Amino acid sequence: MKRALILILLWPGWLWAAIDVLQFDTPEQEARFQQLTQELRCLVCQNQNLADSDADLARDLRMEVYEMVKSGQSADEIKTFLVARYGDFVLYRPPVQRNTLLLWGLPPLLLLIGLFFLWRFLTSRPATTEPEAPASDPLDLLQDEEP
Amino acid sequence: MRFAVPLLIFLGLGLLLFFGLDNDPRKLPSPLIDKPAPAFTLPLLEEPDQTLGKDDLLGQVYLLNVWGSWCVACRTEHPYLMEIARRNEVPLYGLNWRDRPEEASRWLKQYGNPYTAVLADQAGRTVIDFGVYGAPETFLIDQKGVIRYKYVGPVTMEIYEQELLPRIRQLQEDQS
Amino acid sequence: MFPELGQWSLILSLLVAVSLAIVPLLGSYLRLEGWMRFADRATRVQFALVLLSFVILTLAFLQKDFSVAYVAQNSNTALPWYYRISAVWGAHEGSLLLWVLILCGWSIAVSLKGHELPLAFRARVLAIMGWVSTGFLAFITFTSNPFLRLFPAPAEGRDLNPLLQDPGLVIHPPMLYMGYVGFSVAFAFAVAGLLDGKLDSRWVRWARPWTNLAWAALTGGIVLGSWWAYYELGWGGWWFWDPVENASFMPWLAGTALLHSLAVTEKRKLFTSWTVLLAIITFSLSLLGTFLVRSGVLTSVHAFTSDPSRGLFILIFLAVMAGGALTLYAWRAPRLVVQQPFGLFSREVLILAGNIFLVLAMVVVLAGTLYPLVIDLLGASKISVGPPYFHTVFPLVLTPLVLLMPMGPFTRWKQDEPRRVVKLIWPGVLLTVVVLAVFALQMHQWSAYGLLAAAAGSWVLGGTLNYFWQRQRKARERVLGVGQMPSGVVGMILAHAGVGVFLLGVAMTESQSIEKDVRMAPGEQVELVGYQFRFLGAQHAEGPNYQAEQGTVEILKNDQVIATLHPQKRMYVAGGKPMTEAAIDAGFSRDLYVAMGEALGTDGAWAIRVYYKPYIRWIWLGGIFMLLGGIVAATDRRFRLAEQAVALREQKLALQEG
Repeated sequence: MKRALILILLWPGWLWAAIDVLQFDTPEQEARFQQLTQELRCLVCQNQNLADSDADLARDLRMEVYEMVKSGQSADEIKTFLVARYGDFVLYRPPVQRNTLLLWGLPPLLLLIGLFFLWRFLTSRPATTEPEAPASDPLDLLQDEEP
Repeated sequence: MRFAVPLLIFLGLGLLLFFGLDNDPRKLPSPLIDKPAPAFTLPLLEEPDQTLGKDDLLGQVYLLNVWGSWCVACRTEHPYLMEIARRNEVPLYGLNWRDRPEEASRWLKQYGNPYTAVLADQAGRTVIDFGVYGAPETFLIDQKGVIRYKYVGPVTMEIYEQELLPRIRQLQEDQS
Repeated sequence: MFPELGQWSLILSLLVAVSLAIVPLLGSYLRLEGWMRFADRATRVQFALVLLSFVILTLAFLQKDFSVAYVAQNSNTALPWYYRISAVWGAHEGSLLLWVLILCGWSIAVSLKGHELPLAFRARVLAIMGWVSTGFLAFITFTSNPFLRLFPAPAEGRDLNPLLQDPGLVIHPPMLYMGYVGFSVAFAFAVAGLLDGKLDSRWVRWARPWTNLAWAALTGGIVLGSWWAYYELGWGGWWFWDPVENASFMPWLAGTALLHSLAVTEKRKLFTSWTVLLAIITFSLSLLGTFLVRSGVLTSVHAFTSDPSRGLFILIFLAVMAGGALTLYAWRAPRLVVQQPFGLFSREVLILAGNIFLVLAMVVVLAGTLYPLVIDLLGASKISVGPPYFHTVFPLVLTPLVLLMPMGPFTRWKQDEPRRVVKLIWPGVLLTVVVLAVFALQMHQWSAYGLLAAAAGSWVLGGTLNYFWQRQRKARERVLGVGQMPSGVVGMILAHAGVGVFLLGVAMTESQSIEKDVRMAPGEQVELVGYQFRFLGAQHAEGPNYQAEQGTVEILKNDQVIATLHPQKRMYVAGGKPMTEAAIDAGFSRDLYVAMGEALGTDGAWAIRVYYKPYIRWIWLGGIFMLLGGIVAATDRRFRLAEQAVALREQKLALQEG
């Protein structure tokens, strides 16, 4: 935090690794912590997750997450805690809600549109007159060599 | 016609980027606006054995300014805070963030103390509860302890008069 | 004196670029041969002038001329000479100059190699490239002059960003720009074709190797960037779905579609308008990338210092180039449509389907990158779209692509029998199972994602190896050696195999990596998948322009020391900011990665991060295969013998028709 404003002017952000030595009660807790800090965004950085950022605020938030994980809170509870304070911006995995419906719906929708156009194009193409050209065996060396 | 589709998509994209140019990706809206301020009880910077809590501040419209002696932008903001304090239109409380008490005190002695009282949050917990991501940030809190407005970055007289003061007046009138 | 010369030379080159953009184009319409020939001369003069500016800027860096503001900001007396050279493109202004220099290089190559092209067509291609260089030279001259003077000159410079003081970053930008800018050749061809109202397959063939090379360079640039991020940033990641990374990935996806579509257009005279559109889109995406990186519209780890006025300039330029080309497309493309018969199951159709999925993948990346901006502009809310989003949706669009990939090469043009192709493909299925088994057995933790990705990689690799084997068998029947395989096919095999290798690397790294952050006092050790990491302590070390704490970590396997690593925590003298310099024991099947955090306590203990990253090298190895594939394919004899081959084909056609 303290170096935030000056450093932003100098270099594009904090780019050295943040390494904390933390003890967990169970491997599940450790996995939850790692997953969470990777999916949560550091608020003061250019574009980094909590796990990677060495900014002071990121460090504080990491400790907050650590303690919540240790006290047995679920990933959803921890996310809710942070969203209540910082908004959806902290989540690298945008929640499915009204303003992200398009975002989440787009890939499957595009897939359908793509298949539809492919189908339309194929059904409207002129039919082949000749079944296959003799020289078009793709394993035929000559075919690829000559036009 | 179908050959014009790429052009239309591109024009849409171009418009988006054009309007996006004015966009500051670093400014975050706070989800806490119009929500009750988080509960806090913190020691006073100058008298660490005394605490001040949210409940003690109910019944008045006040500004809460998050700052630290390490914060460069707070330095540029400081003279304006002094001016705001001098005008005495609204009580101004300080929330000292992750600071060494002696350095914070020295700062106040050197540049003047605009705050009615300064709360010290050395652990940075309350600051997280307030959703602060960079100092200085200034919160406007009403009589019922609800956050009404938040300004990120150094406050200037212009911002005070255009963004803060009308809201403060409004809230103060609602009371009386 | 010197820097001013560089600036003058830059302004002159802008004037030349303007004339290059206008005179040959007019000449091609007025049929004035001299005006058209002017294109070749202007291209050469332009190159010479930009090269002069570039050399002068480089000299300013070498001579530590801190009176030049750009040099003072990005260099330092303690900076070693090789980083003083790479510092030329270490920030916004100089990197733009490199961009333009490479563009002028491509233009001159087109001019030199383009004698087979009809004069009017060549004049138009060069003129359109002149439009591009005009835009960028104007951009530099008016908004980003690298030769601005500081008065009085400081005695010491501010130093190059320590992250950029690295061999990977010396070659990454030039490679990347080679790729971005290289697509301007295909773009210029497409626009010239639209102006002509026809696109002769001879010219399409002529454009193919250029596109191959640009694609190979872009692949190389991306691979280098990913590799650099992996070892330099200390996070052990290789791709972050950052807007700037996406900005390079989008033209790559569109360019990949373009490569394949060009093949169809050349061989079958089909999809001409689609190919033209892809050429326009690919280069427009390169420009969009430039916009995203330099305008500050989105936050990114890698962004240049951004400036909205620069953003506006690039946006206007983008509107002129892409908007102009697409308007021309809307108007002229209907003329390019040629109806050719082809069957429902044919190589054309498979390539077209692959093309559609590649473009969809590109749109998904674009949408994910810009979506936060849209939401922000529509309301006051901000959201983030990061790696978890892309990891969820990308496999969806990737799956059909992966399924199609090994089938394409087996399928005949025009019309084929699915049954025949299936018969050829089944050995590939066996290979897939074998490869998948080999990798699945090495997985020490269950992961559906990992298995799926490994299956995808095995299918592509197995299918491609099968194709190679079948082709070899066929060649032996005809008593022809490997050398007889046309390089176009060799390139395809290499690139497709590269995709398989890449996917396997991703599968293993993403699902099987292990990370541990531990406190280690000297003599202590930690174990990771059978490897013992023993920390021996940290000493002070000194570099040319930094101080460092250097740790020593021995790695043991079965009580044998297999590697000694020296991770560092550096403090650059000029920057005053610590930097993590990770140490890596790289291996074919795994990387062991050690990074130092902070000193803890007084017993010489440090916070240390250790990683086990299985098969991460395969990610870049796959990229290198693709890059080689692109280069090898570009050297195909057919491209060089374009003229003769066309003549031959026309004779054949005449014979067939007669």
